[in-house]
Order: sequence, then structure tokens, then C-alpha cells
Amino acid sequence: MTWESPAAFFAMGGDGFFVWGSYAVCLLCMLVEPWLAARRRRRALTEAGQDSGNRHPANGIEDDEEDPRT
Amino acid sequence: MPLTLYTFSSPPRFYALTGVLVPVCWALCVALTAAGLWMGLFVAPTDATQGEVYRIIFIHVPAAWMSMLLYLVMAFWAGIGWAFNARLASMVARAIAPTGAMFTFLALWTGALWGRPTWGTYWVWDARLTSELILLFLYLGYIALTEAIDDVRRADQAGALLAIVGSVNIPIIYFSVKWWNTLHQGATVSLTAAPKMADTMLTAMLLMTFACWAYAFAVVFTRTRALILERECGAAWVRELAPGGAR
Repeated sequence: MTWESPAAFFAMGGDGFFVWGSYAVCLLCMLVEPWLAARRRRRALTEAGQDSGNRHPANGIEDDEEDPRT
Repeated sequence: MPLTLYTFSSPPRFYALTGVLVPVCWALCVALTAAGLWMGLFVAPTDATQGEVYRIIFIHVPAAWMSMLLYLVMAFWAGIGWAFNARLASMVARAIAPTGAMFTFLALWTGALWGRPTWGTYWVWDARLTSELILLFLYLGYIALTEAIDDVRRADQAGALLAIVGSVNIPIIYFSVKWWNTLHQGATVSLTAAPKMADTMLTAMLLMTFACWAYAFAVVFTRTRALILERECGAAWVRELAPGGAR
């Protein structure tokens, strides 16, 4: 263990702003991005259930197919 | 159904397989991150020249590696999707782009916060930093281009061209510290030379790198599954999955 006290750990030798500023933004990004991806999948699944009746029965990739996200 | 190289190029099978893999990737990511942060923040010693601020390396280097690796993987699958008209490959390429852009941003962000206390500046128009910034623009350009074209397959193809041409930037980033005089330090770890760092530091960095790999797999698989549902929303198997859909 390299730290003498919790305060020393958070101070990071006086560079706490830089170290924790880096780690905090990484944590934020790596929480938000998975959340957005998971929400997009859930929405796609819900929408597939709602308007499945009037869609092209083939694989849904034909040229004049509407972008399902719009 | 025999298991072949092409078994999981079918969207329904890929969807089912990744449904199992995503939780496994998340478990690996959490375990590796916990171990890596413990090694990096509590076990690794204070750096002789930089003091404590060097601990940014445990996220900076993995993020920078991922930003370059993911670009090549994205260009590869975009190219496969274009050359062989493989829809799933194109979807994987499209799913990688936002994650790659995020890692590029994190590499730049952590680099800026590391540069200020060690170099005295957040930013400098240096070869390594500038080429990494161009990588961010390539990712954003790829996303903007593919989202701007309504025809999904045409968007995939246009994006593939941009991704493949842009991959010339990757060796430029990687070798920039050798080719030009830059403020950025040279490679800390390479395949041909002994690492220039303490064992515990190297272990922590590798653990964090594997954690980022697990993270990237988990998020890219999740986004690919979303893309599959969006593009195949007329297919019977999707309707069966959907809540309230025909069964």
C-alpha cells in the first residue's frame, strides 16, 4: 500500500484535480454510453412490436425502406 | 445446423449469441476494472520523476490503444460488409464507431489533463496529439456521413470507403513519436523491447486494457443488437421477440 492516509490518496501528491478529473470523465462516459446503447435496443424492440403489421415482411433492408429510427 | 464460419453471420443467430455474451462481457469488465484500479491506485508505486500524476496512464494508454484498434476493426468490418455484401458486418462497423469516438475523446481528455502538470500545457499542436485529433474527426465524419444517407446499404458503403481511406491515419498516429520530434513520450510498451516500467504498473495497465476490451465488446454487441432490430423490424423473428408482437 502506497498511501499514508485517505487524504493523501485523494490529494494525489497535489495533482488530484488532474488525476480525478481524468478518472471521473472516463467513468461518466463509460456509464452513459452503455445506457444509451441499451436504451436504443429496448426502443427498437418496442417499436418492432408496435408497427410490425404494416412493414415489409422481407428482411427490412430494401432500398425504399424507411429508416426505422425516424 | 452445422457450426461454420458463417453460422453467426445470420442476424437472428448473432442476436441470440450476443444476448448470452453481453452479460459475460460486463462481468469480465467489472472484475478486470476492479483489479486494474486496485493495482494502479493502491499497489503501483509512486513514479520517480512524475510523482502521482502518472496514474492517469492506467486509463490514458488503454483508451488510446482502443481508439486505434477499434478504428482498424471498424474499417475491416466495413470493408467486409462492402466487398461481400455482408449486412451484419456493416452493422458491426456502424456499431463500433461511437465507442471508438468515445475512446478517442477519452485519450485526448486524459492526455490534456496529464499534459498540464507535466508539460505545462493542456494542448500543443504536436504530431501525436494532432493525428489523434484527426482520428476523432474521422470517427465523427464516419458517423455523420452514414447517418446522413437514408438508404441504409448506401450509407454502409459510403462509410466503408471513408473508414478504409482514413485507416492510413493509424500508422501515422502510432509512429508519430518516432518520425517527428514531439513533446509526447515514446512507446512505453512494445512487442520488441522490455517494458520501461515497473511490473506492478505494467500489470495494472494491461488489466485496464483488458477491461476496456470487455467494455468495447459489451457495448458494441448491444448496439449491434439494436441495429439488427431496427433494420429487421419487419422480419418474423423480430416480431416474435417484441413485446405485444405476433406470436
